[in-house]
Amino acid sequence: MARMKFICDAERCIECNGCVTACKNEHEVPWGVNRRRVVTINDGVPGERSMSVACMHCSDAPCMAVCPVDCFYRTDEGVVLHDKDLCIGCGYCFYACPFGAPQFPQAGAFGLRGKMDKCTFCAGGPETNNSEEEFRKYGRNRLAEGKLPLCAEVCSTKALLGGDADVLADIYRQRVLTRGKGADIWGWSTAYGKPDAPATAPAAGGKS
Amino acid sequence: MKPLSGAVCLIALAAALAGCGENEQVVVYKQGHYQGKADSKPWDNESFSGDKGNWEATIKARNQSQNEYRRING
Repeated sequence: MARMKFICDAERCIECNGCVTACKNEHEVPWGVNRRRVVTINDGVPGERSMSVACMHCSDAPCMAVCPVDCFYRTDEGVVLHDKDLCIGCGYCFYACPFGAPQFPQAGAFGLRGKMDKCTFCAGGPETNNSEEEFRKYGRNRLAEGKLPLCAEVCSTKALLGGDADVLADIYRQRVLTRGKGADIWGWSTAYGKPDAPATAPAAGGKS
Repeated sequence: MKPLSGAVCLIALAAALAGCGENEQVVVYKQGHYQGKADSKPWDNESFSGDKGNWEATIKARNQSQNEYRRING
């Protein structure tokens, strides 16, 4: 059985916010709610790092532990979901979550807090798969369509990966073994050929 | 009057001692259980018609589309 996880490579993330936009569009997330955000550390300073953050679908999720109405559940694939019909919008999960994943739509003049909304790993919620009701409450159920979270699939630099944790670990391992890590993955020789594998010479008569 | 004052003393003593009981002060948390609606499996729909193996194979293949080495070479 797959154990669904996200992994974000801070070396690769270019802060394009493509994942954020794709998520908002796919699930038609309302204003003020961001299921996914790109966080930049040391913004503007040389060596800044960006990372795409959403619900990490924790194996021992603190949101599940603190919920007073027990509206959270974990699917067999390891995705942490919740029942919006049961949620009372108390915000305990927001305080418990180390990633700030739970979001609350603000409505009305006094900032009335609605029911919690968070990343579903594109797995919908406790409604009939791909039904109108499920889409309205939880967004699209891509897992039931045999697809993976759009944020990861749309990532242009493949900084954000999403899917079965074992497969992701293999992909990441192959990446590090092939390209190196840290400062080794940057520089002219990495992009245009290393000394032991020099770039091919331009064709004769071509532009120099 | 003496028996009455004795009774009052006894009642007062009992009331004063009632505050000395050692009740358990530690809250015992109980592990919660999901109270909401049951969810269906991702393969319980028209696309996969309950075929879990087919769904897993599809997701596995889809996962490999995130591997740039497979995408470029394969």
